[in-house]
Amino acid sequence: MTERKTTVTVPDLIAWLRRTGELMAEHAAELSDLDSAIGDGDHGTNMKRGFAAVAGVLDEDFETVDALLKRVGSTLVSSVGGASGPLYGTFYLRMGTSQKGATELDAASLLGAMSTGVEGIEARGKAGIGEKTMLDAWMPALEAFGRAGGSLADALRAGAEAAAAGRDATEPMVATKGRASYLGERSAGHIDPGAASTALIWQAAVETLAGGSDTGSDDGAAS
Amino acid sequence: MTPVTKPCSVVPMKKLINSPDTVVADFLEGMALAHPTSLRIDHENRVVLRGTPKDEGKVAIVSGGGSGHEPLHGGYVGRGMLDAACAGEVFTSPVPDQMQAATKAVDRGAGVLYIVKNYTGDVMNFDMAAELADAEDDIAVRQVITNDDVAVEDSTFTAGRRGVGGTVLVEKIAGAAAEEGRSLEEVAEVAERVNACARSMGMALTPVTVPANGKPSFELGDDEIEIGIGIHGEPGRRREPVASAREIAEKLLDPILAELPGEGPVLLMVNGMGATPLIELYIMAKEASQVLAERGVEVSRHMVGELITSLDMAGCSITLLRLDDELTALWDAPVHSPALHWSADDIQE
Repeated sequence: MTERKTTVTVPDLIAWLRRTGELMAEHAAELSDLDSAIGDGDHGTNMKRGFAAVAGVLDEDFETVDALLKRVGSTLVSSVGGASGPLYGTFYLRMGTSQKGATELDAASLLGAMSTGVEGIEARGKAGIGEKTMLDAWMPALEAFGRAGGSLADALRAGAEAAAAGRDATEPMVATKGRASYLGERSAGHIDPGAASTALIWQAAVETLAGGSDTGSDDGAAS
Repeated sequence: MTPVTKPCSVVPMKKLINSPDTVVADFLEGMALAHPTSLRIDHENRVVLRGTPKDEGKVAIVSGGGSGHEPLHGGYVGRGMLDAACAGEVFTSPVPDQMQAATKAVDRGAGVLYIVKNYTGDVMNFDMAAELADAEDDIAVRQVITNDDVAVEDSTFTAGRRGVGGTVLVEKIAGAAAEEGRSLEEVAEVAERVNACARSMGMALTPVTVPANGKPSFELGDDEIEIGIGIHGEPGRRREPVASAREIAEKLLDPILAELPGEGPVLLMVNGMGATPLIELYIMAKEASQVLAERGVEVSRHMVGELITSLDMAGCSITLLRLDDELTALWDAPVHSPALHWSADDIQE
């Protein structure tokens, strides 16, 4: 059996970010295919490139959560481009700045940090829930995480499941933000690529932050 | 999400490239070699700069966007037009660091105008850059967002009309205004006015293949065309059977004329999407001129060519700009960029 984790340390977060990059690379073609249907077909390429750049800085010395996450955020902003660069970059930047000086996060502070990050996405993207964007995965995930109670692992799993469900729920939606909005009704019937990459971030979180070998769980797995 | 299994590329991608990963770096190197004096290229930041910076005290103009629209934007860097252009990855916005480097390089103490096409990514990245310029470098920055594409409904249900062909006209005319020594406010005002008086619509005969994806952005039947196409292979307004040049000119011009503000003569720009023979663009120019004559619209300036493209897409776009005396004079002012160049004594037509 596995030890029960109650906090997330800087090395844990590094493992999360590294795993996120692996998942982005594995699913790059899939994300780009989703993007081709309703956007310009580069989301997978951009996320893969951005997280490869992130992997390049993860070996630096990081003593605190905010030092790590700020470096990750600015690396994404500088390497991704498109809309996902500023959006995901802002997420990690705000997530970091909300935890100045922290060296580890418990479930409550992890939720607080991610919520601040998602508020950054909302502000930068001027979007809300139901507009067929990554927020449709982020918001239900945070809500489920907060509601879960129980252990950190349970909360992460609930969050990842809700992120995957939120991703799938974008399929019938009509986009009103981003390039997909140009299609109007024709944007319905396709999963939003940003929601799909967000579900991968949650999948990586379950696999790396929940403690023990949770990779067997296919809850929230992207496909 | 159903796993997508992709067959190994059945048809090899035919492009004059070395690798999809080096497309932008390689083309910038080629551009630097082809224009050793008139351009200076910051390869690290992927910024195209003028070989000789403009005079102190004049407003500088920075634009940029995803690569794949050449000659936009780097080809418009030069006296009378842009001071710098930031090249993003193919069809992907440049990042704020690039705009920050460009802004610092071109500021001559009178501030910097950003000309940004209305795409969510471009707007966000230029926004972040403007915040940085203000906070870290104390450089006054104004932004003008171009949104001239009538194919997209401008409503709260979309990201707003896209910036397309009108962007070239904004860059030329704002560039002339900056060269005259006008203030940042005045240059921004004239740029806004050009954008407000320009309307465009495009169409595709074929889809576009992004090097990193290696396959066409959408499927288009042998007998189909896409009306209202964007410049990134985004699907357009509707799909139709192939039609004559005359019919296509009407399909593009009627929605443009329905939304073109004001009265008086216009500039007619017929633009190729990247893989359209010039002979077809001239045929489109003839048809467009005739349609406009029939609709009672006088064309006082013409421009035909590959001006804002979409890699290897075949098709065209038409842009109309309502001209007045001031905009006409600024349009006629000399320009010396790789892609657009004329002198004061050239006859403008």
